[in-house]
Amino acid sequence: MSVNVKIPTQLRAATDGAAQASVEGGTVGEVLDSLYERFGELRSRIAEDGGLRRFVNVYVGGEDIRFLDGLDTPVKDGDEVTILPAVAGG
Amino acid sequence: MPPESLSCKECKTVYPLDARYVCERCFGPLEVSYASRADADPEALRRRIQAGPHSLWRYGDFLPVSAPPPGTLPAGWTPLLRADRLAERLGLREVWIKNDAANPTHSFKDRVVSVALARARELGFETIACASTGNLANAVAAHAAAAGLESYVFIPHDLEEQKVLATGVYGTNVVAVQGNYDDVNRLCTELSGEHEWAFVNINMRPYYAEGSKTLAFETAEQLGFRLPDRVVAPIASGSLFTKIARGFQEWIDAGLLSGRLPVFNGAQAEGCSPVASAFAAGHDFCRPVKPDTIAKSLAIGNPADGPYALDLARATKGRIDSVTDDEIREGIRLLAQTTGIFTETAGGVTTAVLAKLARRGDIDPDERVVAYITGEGLKTLDAVRGTFEAWRIDPNVSSFERAAEQRAGALA
Repeated sequence: MSVNVKIPTQLRAATDGAAQASVEGGTVGEVLDSLYERFGELRSRIAEDGGLRRFVNVYVGGEDIRFLDGLDTPVKDGDEVTILPAVAGG
Repeated sequence: MPPESLSCKECKTVYPLDARYVCERCFGPLEVSYASRADADPEALRRRIQAGPHSLWRYGDFLPVSAPPPGTLPAGWTPLLRADRLAERLGLREVWIKNDAANPTHSFKDRVVSVALARARELGFETIACASTGNLANAVAAHAAAAGLESYVFIPHDLEEQKVLATGVYGTNVVAVQGNYDDVNRLCTELSGEHEWAFVNINMRPYYAEGSKTLAFETAEQLGFRLPDRVVAPIASGSLFTKIARGFQEWIDAGLLSGRLPVFNGAQAEGCSPVASAFAAGHDFCRPVKPDTIAKSLAIGNPADGPYALDLARATKGRIDSVTDDEIREGIRLLAQTTGIFTETAGGVTTAVLAKLARRGDIDPDERVVAYITGEGLKTLDAVRGTFEAWRIDPNVSSFERAAEQRAGALA
């Protein structure tokens, strides 16, 4: 299952400048694990205690995974996963 | 006390004062840090403030930009009114209303945009943008027009018409997005990485948020350099709520105020109350929600500063409460009919929570309470539509007298 992950500018120092990456996985958690395998430094920046740090938002097809099944949210071939920093106010 | 750096609120990593808002190490939010004020003379500071302009720029010593660039639309220095009739109705003694509808575009957003735009111009940006629930769009469009900059405002497609019209008039690019505010915000967060624009509430956020501190400075100065015992303020993202506290704390630290932080009461609409729900559940994080409330300016389902708002309410022995849409409408009427101030739905939320706290006996009658009214009633007219009926008469005296008799009869 190949999924496209969009990397925010703030994390591109840890991805050799890559703005996206195509990785394998059946759930969001597996997709992120694949991503950490490729870019080792990413894990410490966004992951914490087996979950995500509290200011990290992850979306599948534009929907926040906290409205889905969190890291267990299933993904299918061609899905787009977006990682973004939490920011709001307006 | 010039600004020194941006620093991460979570891991304290330090960054230069440029257009960034997220810690690259831990993804935490960045905040402006200032040089130490330990050896500043409070009396000299106070005199400098009092000699300053009648706008938020009188507090330049506590902002990331000390003086406004030419062409700035002045914001702030709004009235703080003692609301004795409201207090009496609520069984309280000293209630003050900080009426921030009295700003150039009629909401507190003029404060945050003033500071963000001033910094954006220093950094050389030529295009200003924002993700908005309406009030911010008004402010960005107006302040960009005054400065002669291009602007883009991204809003949910179903905003109140008044807010859309009052934004488009400034000649901005109004982009209506098929989605709610959180969708708009996600889109703009992505766009901010792709365009060399100053998104005031995204990549300029550390500067933007500092503007809200001026609500605390003004309140304290207008109270004669004294602290309130309690504040009631609305919570959307939680930024305003936490920055009011930071403002009071900076003045306590600078020796301009003595005492301790007021009790902080947060106000949310029940139809979008992720922070109030987390407070009630004892959580230190907020589970996002899909907003469904008439208080659209507070309809942020994924509040980035929610964890800090929770910390603040708990640390000051305050609370975060929510009220229903009917209570919001009633809050708007209560404020209007006891103070003469017509507020938008967000102010209805604040007033309704104030009334709820008073009813519940949470407020000691001797407390000095300040409620923050952040926006103007003319922007959310639907909230009061159908709440009263006009007399219909012919243009003669007898028609009026007859109507008056009928009305008296109906009331008897």
